[in-house]
Amino acid sequence: MNERLWNILVDSFPKLLRYGVEVTIPLTILSFLLALVIAVIVALIQYANVKVLRQICRFYIWIIRGTPLLVQLYLVFYGLPSVGVVIDAFPAAVLVLGFNEAAYMAETMRGALESVSRGQMEAGYCVGMNYVQIMMHVVLPQAFRTAFPALGNSMIAMLKETSMAATITVMEMFRQAQVINGRVYESLALYGEVALIYLLFCTILSWVQRFGEKRLATYGGNRS
Amino acid sequence: MMLEIKNVHKRFEALEVLKGIDLNVNKGDVVAILGPSGSGKTTFLRCLNFLERADQGEMVFDGERFDLHAASRADVARIRKKTAFVFQNYNLFLNKTVLQNVTLGLTVAGKMKKDQANEIAVEALRRVGMADKLNNYPAQLSGGQQQRVAIARGLVSNPEIIYFDEPTSALDPELIGEVLAVMRQLAEEGMTMLVVTHEMDFARHVSNKVLFMADGNVVESGPSQEFFEHPQQERSREFIKSILEARK
Repeated sequence: MNERLWNILVDSFPKLLRYGVEVTIPLTILSFLLALVIAVIVALIQYANVKVLRQICRFYIWIIRGTPLLVQLYLVFYGLPSVGVVIDAFPAAVLVLGFNEAAYMAETMRGALESVSRGQMEAGYCVGMNYVQIMMHVVLPQAFRTAFPALGNSMIAMLKETSMAATITVMEMFRQAQVINGRVYESLALYGEVALIYLLFCTILSWVQRFGEKRLATYGGNRS
Repeated sequence: MMLEIKNVHKRFEALEVLKGIDLNVNKGDVVAILGPSGSGKTTFLRCLNFLERADQGEMVFDGERFDLHAASRADVARIRKKTAFVFQNYNLFLNKTVLQNVTLGLTVAGKMKKDQANEIAVEALRRVGMADKLNNYPAQLSGGQQQRVAIARGLVSNPEIIYFDEPTSALDPELIGEVLAVMRQLAEEGMTMLVVTHEMDFARHVSNKVLFMADGNVVESGPSQEFFEHPQQERSREFIKSILEARK
């Protein structure tokens, strides 16, 4: 490897990492938290079979899953201003990423909720608890435990998808790689480098996921 | 009379499951609800605790009249407070320990202090012989042990009556005895019980009344001994005979 290329890589690494830690990761965490809240609400509405709201949730999932993330980003950031809705790039990215991943996570949560036997709900009623109490103490804890691996996957997917925010001018890690590359024209080296940093982040996340799974209660079952 | 049930009707779409069931229960009665599969026994029991909504029917509980079809949410809560329900599949809360399973209703629904609830729960678990497994999870217990925990969970609210829905039907044969022993002990202590069961020995020797159902109707009801020794109806005679033959 020639010295110039090596110097470019060494110089860019801390810059890329900085944008990774300061923008990509916060963007991932905020979007994921938003997605989690939406997903749980959408899943609960479907689980409880609330009329009308249930139809709205199905419609939302249908729209989100049926259109590309990139198109959604463009619609919100470049499209909405023409009807007077102007959202800054970063919050727009959080909104779109959150609502996008939530559609998938809602299905994960719904499946996890339905995997908790209805008999436990009946038993809860028979000892005097109401619906909300049963959900909080019995059904949701079990559903989260079941959904945990799949939710971890969603978070990893989301981390990578934050790179798409570059297309709506969010200065995150991938956008920073593009900017540096615009100066030095070393696409292979720079995009390779940024790919490695994404890989590093995802590897750490999957460790966390595995560690969390081991730590989480298995309720005396044999899942390990 | 502690509990009077009149004219319970229930239909699932085209299928009429209950065609007007009546039952009178005195304090301390142990009523065995018998009948072939599909006769509506379980549905009848579930209607009494509003796990199913009856289409029609009336219940007089401690002199208070309730409409089994139109009971309000508050009425349902009141009736459930006086009763406990034991399921065929135990339905323990799988994310809770044995102790938590028994205290959850007290602390969450009854707003009882944790220490006090624990004390009551341990006492109930002692009654069913499960006080040595307080911190185990349901998945670590045998079916018989789970069912005994489920009975303890019912006992802690001091119910006036306990409904048992085929409490031993999901159990391996060698585990049935331990659950029946607990139920027999409760009966001897004077607990009022309604038991849907296929255990003829229990029906004959522990219960004092039998309600024999077939096709959503009451075929015969009366004292257990009379039912087994002098069944009045042809249908009852056939049923008893088929059970005795199946045993051979």
